[in-house]
Amino acid sequence: MRETLLEISGLNVRFSGARTVHAVNDLSLSLDTGEVLTILGESGSGKSVTLKALLRLLPEKRTAIGGSMKLDGIDVMGLKGRALSDYRGKTVSMIFQEPALALDPVYTIGDQIAEAVRRHTGASRAQAMDVALDMLKRVRIPSAEQRLRNYPHEMSGGMRQRAMVALALACRPRLLLADEPTTALDATVQIQVLLLLRELQKEFGMSIIFVTHDIGVAVEISDRIAVMYAGNIVEEGSAAEIIRDPRHPYTRGLLAANLHDAERGSRLEAIPGSPPPLATKPDHCSFAPRCPHVTPACLKALPPVFRPGPRRRVACVLGERAFTTAQQVPVHEAAQ
Amino acid sequence: MLTYFIQRLVYVVPVSLGVSVFCFLLVHIAPGDPLTAVMPIDATAEQQAAMRAAYGFDKPLPVQFLVWLGNALTGDLGNSIATGRPVAGEVMRAVGNTLILAFAASLIGFSLGILFGFVAGYFKDTPVDRAVTALSITGVSVPNYWLGIVLVVIFSVTLGWLPSTGAGPGGSSAWKWDVEHLRFIILPAVTLSVVPMGIVARTVRALVGDILSQDFVTALAAKGMGRAGILRHVMRNVAPTTLSVVGLQLGYLLGGSILIETVFNWPGTGFLLSNAIFQRDLPLLQGTILVLALFFVFVNLLVDLVQPLVDPRIKRG
Repeated sequence: MRETLLEISGLNVRFSGARTVHAVNDLSLSLDTGEVLTILGESGSGKSVTLKALLRLLPEKRTAIGGSMKLDGIDVMGLKGRALSDYRGKTVSMIFQEPALALDPVYTIGDQIAEAVRRHTGASRAQAMDVALDMLKRVRIPSAEQRLRNYPHEMSGGMRQRAMVALALACRPRLLLADEPTTALDATVQIQVLLLLRELQKEFGMSIIFVTHDIGVAVEISDRIAVMYAGNIVEEGSAAEIIRDPRHPYTRGLLAANLHDAERGSRLEAIPGSPPPLATKPDHCSFAPRCPHVTPACLKALPPVFRPGPRRRVACVLGERAFTTAQQVPVHEAAQ
Repeated sequence: MLTYFIQRLVYVVPVSLGVSVFCFLLVHIAPGDPLTAVMPIDATAEQQAAMRAAYGFDKPLPVQFLVWLGNALTGDLGNSIATGRPVAGEVMRAVGNTLILAFAASLIGFSLGILFGFVAGYFKDTPVDRAVTALSITGVSVPNYWLGIVLVVIFSVTLGWLPSTGAGPGGSSAWKWDVEHLRFIILPAVTLSVVPMGIVARTVRALVGDILSQDFVTALAAKGMGRAGILRHVMRNVAPTTLSVVGLQLGYLLGGSILIETVFNWPGTGFLLSNAIFQRDLPLLQGTILVLALFFVFVNLLVDLVQPLVDPRIKRG
């Protein structure tokens, strides 16, 4: 029984200023209640910008934002003032890559959690502190009573991220946005935090959009994966589909570049070149300059989107063929 | 926390001792004989020697220092060569006057400086910011004795609104916090407050701008905090550094300003110092410098003690 929680359609984000950047280009995405979606992509692909757009956190003066975002019946683009800050943290909340930077250094952990609780529920200070304590216990911070009175610098990185999770979930949001929350952590701590997020997600029945460039992390946590490149989603499918049967050349490149199966001494597969600067809005396939299967058509127009199954899509001219001849696509066939 | 406090307090001892050695030596290294200034030119060698012996200048320096330090510890800073009165009394009277002026100047300078800095930092790169920045740079750059004279010309000479010199209608003897006396303090206090205001404003502006660009401010917005809530966080974060800058400026203000006190004939420590220097009044000079230096040490101690209360990152316990 699917229930759509979030519907993004035709999202565009353009930053102006010293340099114009078309960070997100016609992005459409939907998310169900209780679903975990990972947005996978390299730095500068627009993953974090998409998350921030969802919370309307982008600096208003330098950002032009278009398209529509509907979440739980709320028109996110239309939110203003008090309604916007009511929505932030209550309906949607966010955890950040660097918990050390995302927590206020001169407030105690307890105060920072209680502050959010009081803001959204109007609880008294004592009640809010009780909620904060309960949250710290739920994220399994040992001796939570004492940690409540700790400042961020008195905690380890993993502990801080747990506290950040406690803060983000204190008001039971419908959707949690996680912006590379494990990137700054040790590998062992990473797994713990991921498992914790997965557990809490089930417990609270919320949805998560998880942003990462780490395929391992994406597989660990998500139901579905959307691969993002140059401000748009190039491929989307269930986690299993993306891993076992990647169709877009970029997704394949990403998977090939993964370390897990690499043999010692052998050269790692890397995608040649670097992502486009996005000074202008893409009018053809953004990946074409780096693509081993590039055709003249790729450089003429935006690639068509193939939808071979429910909630499965690939934006590539090879899409159809790729689905029929799953394995070998002739290299540079058309170019020669 | 307690060990931190005790540690800070103990540090004051060697610092103060160092300061006293320095004060003592500074004056003795300077060329010129203090006695020639007060003795008649035709005084005989015996008379000069007698005078030297009376003030203890005939003994070796270390002995002189120990005697001076010993006396200073009992509150006896010697007698002024020029007037013959006890230095301690002279200094204390001047310190009282300087404190009054410093208090008024810091009230004006710090409140305006913090306010301007906050506004400029919050509205960074807007016309408001540029106006405040221009004002604070002007404040720091303009020679303040010149500004003092200009203010006197405008408000005393031309408009006749405020008195130009002195510390009260009845001279310097009895300061009172009433309108009659406050009229006298306005011009020197405003003049004196301009530099600390500029420095504090620039510091606070930079701090506010820096804090606002940090991730946790975005995170605060992300959890639904409004403008006022975020501002409260910014203030708490700006407080520690602002406090130390303010403390430093307060130290300078307590030292009194030779130039401004001279321009306005304000009978404070700066005024006293300039007299002591011109008259080569060694005991007075030493005593005044020592008291001022100790003031500075004391203010810094105060800042150190208050700092951990506003900044939890300073090591506790």
